[in-house]
Amino acid sequence: MKKAFPILGLLTAVFLSYALYQALVVAPQEQTMGDVQRIFYYHVPSAWTAFLLFAINFLASILYLVRRNPRTDRVAGGVVMALAALTCVGAYVFKGYLPKDVYPSSVATTGIVIAGFYFLIRKYFSEQGTDILALTTAEVGVVFCTVVLVTGPLWARPVWGIWWTWDIRLTSTLVLWLIYVSYLVLRRFSSSGETPVLAAALAVFGALDVPLVYFSIWFFRTQHPQPVIGGGGSIDPRMLHVLLINWLAFLCFAFLVCWSRYRLERLQRDVEETQALEALLEPGGRVR
Amino acid sequence: MTYLYIAYAATWLIHVAYLSTVVRRYSRLKKEMDQLGKK
Repeated sequence: MKKAFPILGLLTAVFLSYALYQALVVAPQEQTMGDVQRIFYYHVPSAWTAFLLFAINFLASILYLVRRNPRTDRVAGGVVMALAALTCVGAYVFKGYLPKDVYPSSVATTGIVIAGFYFLIRKYFSEQGTDILALTTAEVGVVFCTVVLVTGPLWARPVWGIWWTWDIRLTSTLVLWLIYVSYLVLRRFSSSGETPVLAAALAVFGALDVPLVYFSIWFFRTQHPQPVIGGGGSIDPRMLHVLLINWLAFLCFAFLVCWSRYRLERLQRDVEETQALEALLEPGGRVR
Repeated sequence: MTYLYIAYAATWLIHVAYLSTVVRRYSRLKKEMDQLGKK
């Protein structure tokens, strides 16, 4: 796996360069906003990547909490499967209540994918592994969310004439960022043995802000542009193509960054464990 | 165009700054681990 990292890194760098070329050169110029609209090709993929990372953080945090007790773990598995089944059935039964351009099949697929992620994390990560995964995805998610909060005002200034407005999309994104920053601060500065549990509980409640951010432009009147995919939005197919290329490139990049951060955290814990063991040993090698 | 370039540059500045902290922490821990191994 260690040998694969530089190769994947190189491929991702090439892919990101190609995506940048697509965003700056190939994508057509938007008629009213001009070239400044191209910020969209970095802003939107960064937001989607941050949401995905926070969703993984949510699942890993739930898993960390439920795995502490084998019975809760079994019950949680059943609940996740039941929720996925309910989402599939509910999407078709209540399809009349879904927003315009949201298909029942996409809601059902989302339910299945989330349940799938839950069981994948459960299968491939140990209890400590889920804790490290939660920390890793929160940290990288905050980085991507920071990009969203920086590129947004840089687009708003020339288009709206203001850097910032306290509308629901912008405010809820800022609140989301603050929640995960507080999560990281808690993990960094709390020395209690219960820190991972407290952080996991905070992450579970913090993740509730993600759907609020995502759906705020669907259900509320905001200054933020309407959704470009679903929700009645429309986009030039060439722009959509460039947007998806950039998102895929950022996903590859996020995966590599998460991988590096995961390895760093494992090493950190190994060092702490070795130091603790060394402190227990006398100079002669005997246990104190 | 200025805002566009600033936005793209800011994006990569944020990512590079974060990656450099990860790399720095990794090399410091690696050194620490090697020293612990020698003991």
